[in-house]
Amino acid sequence: MARTPLTFTLNDAETALFVDEGANLIDVLRRGAGDLSPKQGCAQGNCGACTVLIDGELRLACLTLAETVEGRRIDTVAGLAGGPDLHPLQAAFMDGFAAQCGFCTSGMLMAARALLDRTPDPSRDEVIEAISGNLCRCTGYEPIVDAILDAAQRMRQGGRRAAQ
Amino acid sequence: MTSVEFRKDLFADERDDTLKEIGQPTIRQDILGHVTGRTAYYDDHLFDGLLHMRAVRSPHHHARIRALDTSAAERMPGVRRVVTARDVPVNLNTLLSLINFGRDDEPFCAHDKVRFKGETVAWIIADTERQARDAVREVRVDYEVLPHVLDPEEALKPDAVVVNEVYPNNTFDYHELYDHQKMRYGDVNAAFAAADHIVEAEYQMSPIEQAPIETCGAIAAPEQNGRYVCHTNTQALFFSLGTTAKLLDLPSSRLHFIGGTSGGGFGGKVDSIVEPTAVLGAMLTGRPVRFAWDREEEMQAGAPRGAERWRIKDGVMRDGTIVAREFTGFFDSGAYMRLSPYAIVKCVGHIPGPYHIPNVAANVYCVVTNRTPATAMRGFGITAVDFAIECHMDRIAEVTGVDPVELRILNAYRDGDMKAHRRVAKNTALIECCQVAAGKAGWPISAEAAAQSSLTGGGTPDRVAIPETVTDSEGRIGDRRAGRVTETAPAKTGTGRVAAGTHFAAVGGAPVQNPDMQIEAERIGHAMGSAAQAPMPQSPQPAPPQPAPPRPAMPPASAPAAAPPRPQPPQPPAPQTQPSQPPAQQPQPQSPPPAATPDRPYAPDKPFSRGTRRPGSSPFLSGTRRR
Amino acid sequence: MLTVERYDTMAEAAGAIGERVHYLAGGTLLMRAVNYGYPGIDRVVRCREVPREIRTDTGGIRIGAGATMADLLASREVEFLHPVARLIGGPAIRNMATLGGNLFARSPYGDLAVTLLALDAQVIRAGGAAEPMESFLAARDRARGLVEAVIVPRVSAGEFRYAKVTRIKPKGVAMMCAAVWLRGAGRPSDPRIAWGNMGAGPLRAKAAERALNGASLDEHGIAPVLAACCDGLDPQDDELATAWYRREVAPVHLKRLLLGGRR
Ligand SMILES: Cc1cc2nc3c(=O)[nH]c(=O)nc-3n(C[C@H](O)[C@H](O)[C@H](O)COP(=O)(O)OP(=O)(O)OC[C@H]3O[C@@H](n4cnc5c(N)ncnc54)[C@H](O)[C@@H]3O)c2cc1C
Ligand code: FES
Ligand code: FES
Repeated sequence: MARTPLTFTLNDAETALFVDEGANLIDVLRRGAGDLSPKQGCAQGNCGACTVLIDGELRLACLTLAETVEGRRIDTVAGLAGGPDLHPLQAAFMDGFAAQCGFCTSGMLMAARALLDRTPDPSRDEVIEAISGNLCRCTGYEPIVDAILDAAQRMRQGGRRAAQ
Repeated sequence: MTSVEFRKDLFADERDDTLKEIGQPTIRQDILGHVTGRTAYYDDHLFDGLLHMRAVRSPHHHARIRALDTSAAERMPGVRRVVTARDVPVNLNTLLSLINFGRDDEPFCAHDKVRFKGETVAWIIADTERQARDAVREVRVDYEVLPHVLDPEEALKPDAVVVNEVYPNNTFDYHELYDHQKMRYGDVNAAFAAADHIVEAEYQMSPIEQAPIETCGAIAAPEQNGRYVCHTNTQALFFSLGTTAKLLDLPSSRLHFIGGTSGGGFGGKVDSIVEPTAVLGAMLTGRPVRFAWDREEEMQAGAPRGAERWRIKDGVMRDGTIVAREFTGFFDSGAYMRLSPYAIVKCVGHIPGPYHIPNVAANVYCVVTNRTPATAMRGFGITAVDFAIECHMDRIAEVTGVDPVELRILNAYRDGDMKAHRRVAKNTALIECCQVAAGKAGWPISAEAAAQSSLTGGGTPDRVAIPETVTDSEGRIGDRRAGRVTETAPAKTGTGRVAAGTHFAAVGGAPVQNPDMQIEAERIGHAMGSAAQAPMPQSPQPAPPQPAPPRPAMPPASAPAAAPPRPQPPQPPAPQTQPSQPPAQQPQPQSPPPAATPDRPYAPDKPFSRGTRRPGSSPFLSGTRRR
Repeated sequence: MLTVERYDTMAEAAGAIGERVHYLAGGTLLMRAVNYGYPGIDRVVRCREVPREIRTDTGGIRIGAGATMADLLASREVEFLHPVARLIGGPAIRNMATLGGNLFARSPYGDLAVTLLALDAQVIRAGGAAEPMESFLAARDRARGLVEAVIVPRVSAGEFRYAKVTRIKPKGVAMMCAAVWLRGAGRPSDPRIAWGNMGAGPLRAKAAERALNGASLDEHGIAPVLAACCDGLDPQDDELATAWYRREVAPVHLKRLLLGGRR
């Protein structure tokens, strides 16, 4: 089977590999690049477990033809912390019991991050809209929405502290 | 905003608030893995040379398989192996055989007939998932389509098609006697005659898919010493292990199951299908094999909470007191039994809901149809009947004009009340629950209702006594198909009477409840007596020569050296000694282990078997079972 | 076996499209079919050039077929389409899903196609040929080549109304959707009513359109429109609703739409 060379940046790391014709990005990230943090729940765009950022934009990895990310930047939960400290979203999810089985959590976190990157002070409705493509079957959405609002507040306070 | 409010004022003396963990908020021990994406689910284990397995599934509800032609599929690119029913060592099972419940009624891979849309007729193992999918389409199955039945009451008719020949009446046989599970308590018909109102209605619930975000899946790979490792998201690891051992005719010591982390289950991951499939694939190819359902399979072939239909008839007095309640229930089990017959046993113990009703009768049918087999889901066995009961309570409130919340408080069971299945109710908190809910909702209730408590008023002589009970023997196995009975509701006239106060009657009443959590030594799976154990070797002995176990790549057809465990005939219980003196702790002469034979993997002289050989105990599983 | 072909221009890519050969736009539908190995896809065509510009053109506003829902939502030019685009999928889907793909989406999808049908949009094919939306949609299964853009008339606020009926909020596929172009500020003149999921594809309710022509937008005036609202439509039973239910509720939703939210 023909294989296509592919290079991209995955959470700051240059990544080069070969992909099968027709392979989707979720498979390539997980089995090819070994980043197991995005999950596959449906491979049809419905669940959002595979949500990643491509060049800062929210995308579903299962519906992305892998070879279309040539030269682009991909962010996953594996790179969210970016150092020894957790990202405020991760801390807020932990404190707020915003995960049970955790299978939706990677996608939720990426959708939340995409929101907070552009809207540091979102309303509750904006948060609900931002995670409307992500299904959670265990936790119930309330703790997740609360955690995202909590994280937004932590980030604003953190930012203020840094500015002072 | 979510806010959990602990009402510590209620039942305050039943709780100890000084505990460090219980009752205190805590952070989940696994949540750091979840938020960093490092939690390892079954599919997060990478294997070199992983093969992908996919099922060929029936497009029909019901059809005879005339012929299966896999030759074209075998020639498809990347295909390593086509697997059919012939490759399954023990191709008939029922899930609960592990606890000796029900008859083996389900082929792991269909061969003569398909009985539901989505049933497996073969599998393809290929290098990539896509190649496996492409080859699945090349399997030619010659089906003779048969008439099908999708409604449980249709399936009960004398001329209904027989779905599953193991249950030729399309019903589970209860106690080898009736085509339904009976529950009788008091005399409903006499109470109906004396009641001010009769309230009757029918309720039904469609099948409900558990829909975990992670679909069912497993990866199996050959390990050393003829073992297979299996990473799975099963909700019931030892159940899956036992089922795999049985279907593949393997001693369970050759199975190394790793699980416990699943992306949601809700009951949908107990059916133990993906594990034996993946292990079979690994056995036949000698390679790591991944068998994972896609979302469509999860929805179509994955077992849902089954459909149910309920008819409730209540006798109610003018003030709202319910004096009699009668149920006619139908569980749509789908094509195979799996857990449904058991769910009904549980359901009947739950009837008539959290209410003190002195006369109760129920006929509940576990019906085979051509739908996807049903299985567990949250609230196993009671969700639909509870829905029906609570809708019915509102209906009674309408008929009698009693406030719906007060109606529930009026009829609520209280601590010490006898329930219809002859268990004394404990820790009943319905009254308090209603009071708090009414308060939260701003729903006014009378001072009298607000003053009630579940701790008082229950267990009085009239509420704890088991009434004289009218019985009947309608609905014997086979009667319905023979046209001798058409009525499904409990009989209008009784043919027998069981004296008041009787716990256990010949009709199958339940025995007296054991004090909770008290271990009965003879029911624990672990041998506790010294005589049941093999004596320790007294002196070094050379290990007897043993044939090597089969190599992983070999198909199971090449006979395994060690005889696999088979269901054992009942044996008398092993003699017991004092459990406080386990033999292992007695001083034994030290003996070096038998000399290992080099270049031959270790093999036990007897197949490893979990559990004990006792009547009622499973040869595949050990563990405690409570009555 | 699946192969992927890559082209530089839409014209080249258009030439490659044929039986079992599919163009990859946002991929939200095509990749799903690829992932599930649906038959009928042998080759996937990619194109470096993606026409996603939104600009004023002769006869209206020209929207490139490669414009995503997010592109539409970011454009002031097509503000009247925002209520439609905002309700398609979740944020990730809207970043991916294109207008071009929506024209080919089967039930229950194709909200934007319904809207463009109601707006009498023109389809511009790669190569420049133009065609009315209605005939394009009717023949889309046999369509060859590629769509380059659509041209929609500039519509003022209040003239265009849209309702999507879903089972799930805020994201959910349409149980049905209705788009109405009243055309004119006062009484509608030569109006359009288009439905989604009231038949195999987007459909105009022509009898209702005739009844609406010149009618006054009040309870009495729209009664004949509601009576004719399902004429010529062909709703089906599916997971979301039965045909019967759709026929029952279609007039209710159309009434709310025409009375501007009043019931
Ligand atoms: C979770 C989810 C939710 C969704 N919700 C909605 C919704 O609410 N409403 C809705 O309408 N849709 C919805 N969709 C469907 C879909 O996302 C949209 O219809 C989208 O607009 C399709 O565009 P695409 O670019 O992704 O198409 P693609 O998947 O790339 O293509 C679809 C088809 O159209 C053809 N095609 C695409 N562009 C062109 C072109 N320029 N010329 C010729 N042929 C072309 C392709 O060859 C292919 O056959 C949803 C999808 C998912 C997965
Ligand atoms: S796996 Fe991508 S959306 Fe479900
Ligand atoms: S935590 Fe299980 S799906 Fe969200």
